[in-house]
This record gives sequence, structure tokens and C-alpha cells, in this order.
Amino acid sequence: MINLNTNAVNTWCPGCGNFAILNALKAVLKSLNEEGLPLENVVLVSGIGCHAKIVDYLNVNSFYSLHGRVFPPATGIKIANPALKLICHSGDGDAYGEGLEHLIFAAKRNIDITAIIHNNRVYGLTTGQYTPTSPRCFKGRSTPFGTKETPINPLEIMLASGATFIARGTSNGLELLKKILKEAILHKGFSFVDVLQVCVTFFNMYEYYNKNVYEMKDHEPGDFNMAMKRVREWDYTTDTKIPLGIFYEKKAPSFEEEFSRSEIPHADRKLQIQQVLEKTI
Amino acid sequence: MKEKTDFSVLIGGKAGFGIDKASSFIAAIFNRLGYRLYVYRDYPSLIRGGHTFSIIRASREKIASHNNRIGFLLALNQETLDIHKERLKEDAVIIYDSDVVKPGALPSGIQSTGIPLTKMIKAENLQEIMRNTGIIGAFCKVSGIDWNILETVFKNSFGEKAGPNLKIAKLAYDKAKESIKITPTGEKPLPVVSGNEAIGLGLINGGLKAYISYPMTPTSPILHFLAGVAEKFSLKVIHPESEIAVMLMATGFAYCGQKVAVGTSGGGFCLMTEGLSFSAMSELPVVIVLGQRPGPSTGLPTYSAQTELHFALNAGQGEFPRLIVAPGDAEEAYYWSNIALNLSWKYQLPAFVLSDKTLGEGIFSFDYGSIKDAGETSAELWDRNGTYKRYLDTETGVSPLAFPPDADAVIKANSYQHDEAGITIEDADTTVKMLNKILRKEKYLLSELDNYESVRVYGRQDSETALLCWGSNKGACVEAARKFSLKVVQPIALHPFPAGQFKKAMVGVKKLITVENNATAQLVRLINKYGFDADEKILRYDGRPFTPDELETEIGRVTGK
Repeated sequence: MINLNTNAVNTWCPGCGNFAILNALKAVLKSLNEEGLPLENVVLVSGIGCHAKIVDYLNVNSFYSLHGRVFPPATGIKIANPALKLICHSGDGDAYGEGLEHLIFAAKRNIDITAIIHNNRVYGLTTGQYTPTSPRCFKGRSTPFGTKETPINPLEIMLASGATFIARGTSNGLELLKKILKEAILHKGFSFVDVLQVCVTFFNMYEYYNKNVYEMKDHEPGDFNMAMKRVREWDYTTDTKIPLGIFYEKKAPSFEEEFSRSEIPHADRKLQIQQVLEKTI
Repeated sequence: MKEKTDFSVLIGGKAGFGIDKASSFIAAIFNRLGYRLYVYRDYPSLIRGGHTFSIIRASREKIASHNNRIGFLLALNQETLDIHKERLKEDAVIIYDSDVVKPGALPSGIQSTGIPLTKMIKAENLQEIMRNTGIIGAFCKVSGIDWNILETVFKNSFGEKAGPNLKIAKLAYDKAKESIKITPTGEKPLPVVSGNEAIGLGLINGGLKAYISYPMTPTSPILHFLAGVAEKFSLKVIHPESEIAVMLMATGFAYCGQKVAVGTSGGGFCLMTEGLSFSAMSELPVVIVLGQRPGPSTGLPTYSAQTELHFALNAGQGEFPRLIVAPGDAEEAYYWSNIALNLSWKYQLPAFVLSDKTLGEGIFSFDYGSIKDAGETSAELWDRNGTYKRYLDTETGVSPLAFPPDADAVIKANSYQHDEAGITIEDADTTVKMLNKILRKEKYLLSELDNYESVRVYGRQDSETALLCWGSNKGACVEAARKFSLKVVQPIALHPFPAGQFKKAMVGVKKLITVENNATAQLVRLINKYGFDADEKILRYDGRPFTPDELETEIGRVTGK
């Protein structure tokens, strides 16, 4: 029986949506392990924010990075050793604000890593400011009279940027979330999962999501145009139905495959340095 | 006929005239004649137009700088002659395209040869850019250089496409008259490399596995060079979205045990500082090649400066150890880049190779055989006993490494203050214990620097007057000091500062003259902390490097000699 727990004390608020993501991930890791994935091949990468504490709570390799800087180190690790399974956790402030360019480039490269965005649509750890996905007119501590900007639709950005797996789940739908996360991790290429994770303290959306989310049934994830249409059903601000599930999935070469290199011993390197130098004479 | 033993050739024109290529041919010709070289490249920040020139200096001695005064001026346009007229020595030779350049009245000692290159190119139906090889033909004839040498150099470079270039060069060669003799030295040619290439090769010798960089003058040529040889040396060379990504991506490689370096200049390094602090906290070693150029801000992008010493010393939030080395020529660039990589892994900390445009883009005769092989040192690895702790607190502060995947180890890197296992902590005792662990490494790193010649001394050892220099100023200082029989002190390791070796180098020195490419004497501000001060400061901050001849004038001024 594998033990995924560490002795770190969990400091998420009671009822935090992050527990659901943690539990879903544990279940997925156990299931993948049973199916033959050695756990030592897993590396979790996180940014900074409430989401990021997840790496302290799981007894697997981890890389607790900086705010917004989840995908650059994950890309480095994956290229350094393509055998590793990279599972990246990032918040909405983290991935869509401070680190948006890295998210876009990870998708553009189709690097074989999984991005799980803990999207609570509010800054939690800095106690309640708006994020790039907060609804328009959101009243946060930095915008007491309501935001004057519309949110971004991260799924639309990912589809436009070349991500080859795009999905959305919620922290209040554990079974669907497990299914999505497992497929995302198994996907070869850049997989992106936006998880509508509820922050009970600063932006409690449990009831709102329960009322509005639905799981897509009649969808073809291989169809880019249909995916774009479904992605645009909800714009993260208008009161409307919110589709969940896998929006898009496509096979494409992944970035790390370009870098297969064999080891060269020091003596050979020296010889080759001499060859390079001789050519300059 | 006069013989030349140390001479400089300036070739100039507009960007797009092929000045760079022409200067590399001239350098190659001198190399075949057994001369030692330094090539200075001066170009504005644009693609086409603007004035660009190179000075190729050749000497029988090993050199690491160019001279301001020139013996040969190769002018492909009027501007080149007008701008550089004042550099001409009394007996200089001018060679020019007589279709576009009017030399006007020249001092009596100056010889000039005009060749109608533009018309000849048209008559032969060749490309206009080939005026650059044409003028080299004329130059070789005027200076008595054998045609075969030029032919070999062109054939080596152009291969089967050498024909048209050889044609115009031969026409110009035959039209010109021999008036000076540049004779072979009898020495063997040496490899010719840029400082940037030397840095790249030194890193490779230290076991570099990955190089990550966002293009920025003056270090982009390292990116280009290593991308070109990536297959040969099994390197992973990546150009990501920004310097922020560069630095963080590098830490990912280090996490997997792959030796990694990044390259940038001041502006790009601004973006790397959060990653620098992270590298120190997570103890993921990264070598940063920091090529300096004049600031503040965008400043003079394609020129040179020594302005980032205190930036490198102090960059990044929090308190943490780092290594900073500043090599002064191609051999030192190779050797110390290798050492920086080795020590960054031995002590698991960020290390800087402080370069600048003068060193990085300057081209040198490279005496590879004279360089000690610093080799590749392997990092301290986990002995596989007990439970693995990534940040185990040890006597030296260095924790043994394990890399994923390892079935017996859970490897946790962390930007937060953390316990030995890498789990985030906030309690007072662990905070102090773990910060002490990181800081302790610097003490051992400092004593390690005593294994190397971390402070170098040149010139007359018992001179009471000494020049103080660092980085690319070394070449000009060593030469200029010779004329005045002065001592030269060059600290290469700048942090941790090898105060013991520096003190020893300063024994007997009563007057210290600092020579720096900055406005505030940054090295003096550093040695002040160790109880030393400079009596005189020769500072240049116009973006141009010191040259021995100009420096001699300055030294004369401050010493009254």
C-alpha cells in the first residue's frame, strides 16, 4: 500500500476546494501506479498561492517554484529527462496573471506536461483581490467598487495557443475531476485542465457552480471548431450554463522529443573541442 | 622597405558591406603568417546602414586588446576615411575604393592606394558586396603578402563558391603596388576564437548539458555558437520566451542533475533576479554568463562597459552565497567558465561569469595548449543510507544530491524556507538552522578559491606603482604597464573576494591606479570593504574599451611621467 502523505500540517481552510483536487490527484496517482507508473517518475511542480501547498502534502518528488513560474521549470525537467511525468499545479493568478506567457508557450510547444489550474477566481493567500478570471464588477480588496475589466477565457487562449488537451472540471464534482485528471496525465503533449475550485473564504461559488455546471455529452473533442464553440459557451462573467469535460484533444509531436541526446565522456569532449578549434585556424 | 611587427588594420563601411566577414579574412591571413591577433568590432544597433568597422591588430607577442592608432585604413566609403583619419599613424597606408572615396589632402608620410572597385565589380558583373574581398586583395599586394595565402583563406571559407571573390581580389591585387612588407613570423598559427566561444567551450569542458538563453547583445553569440555545436557535444540548447523563463527553466535542468548555464546582459539579468534568488534558496546550481554593456536601461546596446559588478554582487532578494568570476582574455574565459560550472555544482549555488562586449565579441588568438584542464568535477551524491533528505544539514552546508527518478528517494526542491526534507516551514529555529546551512557554504567556497590563481599579477613585481584591473581591461593594462615598468593586479574571483591573495599581490604597492570601464570605480568600491583604496582612477565610460596606446597617455597623466 503506497503512502502518499507527508507530515506537513494541512493549512487550507475547512471546505476549501483544494482538498478535492488533492483527493482526486491521490486517487489518480494510486490508480496510475497500479497500472504500472512508478511513483518516483512523478514530479509535481507548483507556483505560489494556496494551490501550491499541494506539493507539501504529497510524498512524491516536487518542485515548489515561484509565483507564475510553474511551466518554465517543468519544461526544463521534462527536456532533461523525458521519462519523468510532470504534473503542474498553478493558480489562476499564477497561470493567467503573473505567468501567462509561460502558459501560452508551454501550450505552443506542446511539451508533454499536465497543467492543473486551481481556478478559484480570487487571490486567496493575499486575502481577496480580483484575478484575471474574476467576473466583471468583482468587488475585491484592491477593487472595492468592482473591477472595470472583463475576465479572460483561459480555455479559449489555450485552444488558440496550440494546447492538445483542454478540459474543465470543478472541485465539487470529484468523480468527473478524477476522470479528467487521469486522461490529462495520460495525454501525450500539453494537457490543460481548468478546475473551478471554490475558495470558501473569499469567493464562495459552491451554489453558483452547482446550479450552472453540466457535463458535456454530445461533444466531439477532435473537432477544433466545435471545441471553440463549446469553450465560448461561458465567458467567465455572464450568468449562463457552464460546460464541463474534455473540450479538445489532438495528437501532435511534443517538444521534448526534439532533444534526445546521448552522453559524451569527458575525454571525447576534449577531443571534439580540439577539432572545433582546429577548424578556426 | 619597412617591416611591420605590430600593426592594426581598420576596415570600415556601412552595415551590410560585409565588414565583419572581411575582418575575419584579414585575421585569418595574419594568423597564417604566424601573428597573434585581437579583433575589435564596432557596430551600431541596426541591421543596415550606419557606420561599422573592425580593427584587426596583429603582433608577434600575445595580445588581448587593439590599439587606437592604426597603420592601415581600408575604406569602402567616404565616411570611414573621414571618421578614422585622426587614428592614422604618421606612416599609415590608406587603401580605398576610388570610385566612392576622395582622399583629399593627406599628411606627407601617409601612402594611399585607390582602386576603382565599384567599376571593376560592375565590369565583371559581380555582387557589390564583393568590394570587401576586393579591398583585401589590394591590401595583401600593398603589404607584400603572398597571393597564395589569400587564396587559401578564401577557399577555406567559401569552398567551391570562392571563384567570384578570388576574381575580384586578384584584379585588385594586380592593380595595387607593393610598398610595405608584412613578413611571416615563423610561429605556428593558433586557433582564433571570440571570448564568447571560449566561454562556451570552457563550459562544455566542465560537463555542460544545457544552455538556455534569450538573445541579447553581447552574449547572443554564445547561444548561436552552442546551438551550432549542440549535436556534437550532446547539448540541449533552448531559446525560450523570456529571461524569466530562461532562469527558471535552467533550475529545472539542475533539479535533474544536468549542468546548465544561461547567458544575458544587464537588462535580461534584471528579469533573472527572482530566479537567481530561487537558485540559491533551492540550491539548484546555474551558471550565469553576464555580458556587460553600457546602461542605465537600454543604454548603448552594442558597446562595452564594466558596470554590473555590484549588480551581480547584490542581485536577488534575501541573503545567499554566490560565486563571481571575471576573466580577462580568451584563455581565462575558457578556464574560469569551466571552474565556475564546477564550483557551482560542488557548492550548489549560482555562479557568474562576468563578461562584457569587449571580451565576448573580441576575437583572440587562442593558446589552448597553455590552459590547465580544470576538468569536470562530479557533485556530491547521496550515499543511499537511510531516508533521503534533499537539504540535509551538514558541516559544509552542502547536502548530498539525488536526482529523479530514484525509487528510494523523494526529492523536494522548495522556494520557501524549508526543512531538511524540503517541506515548507515557518518556525524560528528551523529558519535559522537552514539559512545558516546555505550561508556556511560560502566560507568553504572562499577557501576553495585558494586552489586557483584567483588574483593574478603581471609586470614588474617590485614596482611601487600598480595598475588595478578586472575583466577585459587586463590586455590593455598589461601592455601599457610594460612601458612604465608597473605592476598589474587583476582579481579574477570577485566574490567571495580572495582577500588573502589580493593582500599578497598588494605587498610593496604604494600607489594604486584603478582602470575601469565605468563611471564610479566599481572594483574600488569592492576593495574598500577589505581595507584597500585606489590613489588614482582612470575611468572610461563612453562605451569604448581601453586601448594600450590611449591608456599610456592616461597613465602618464596620473603618474606625471
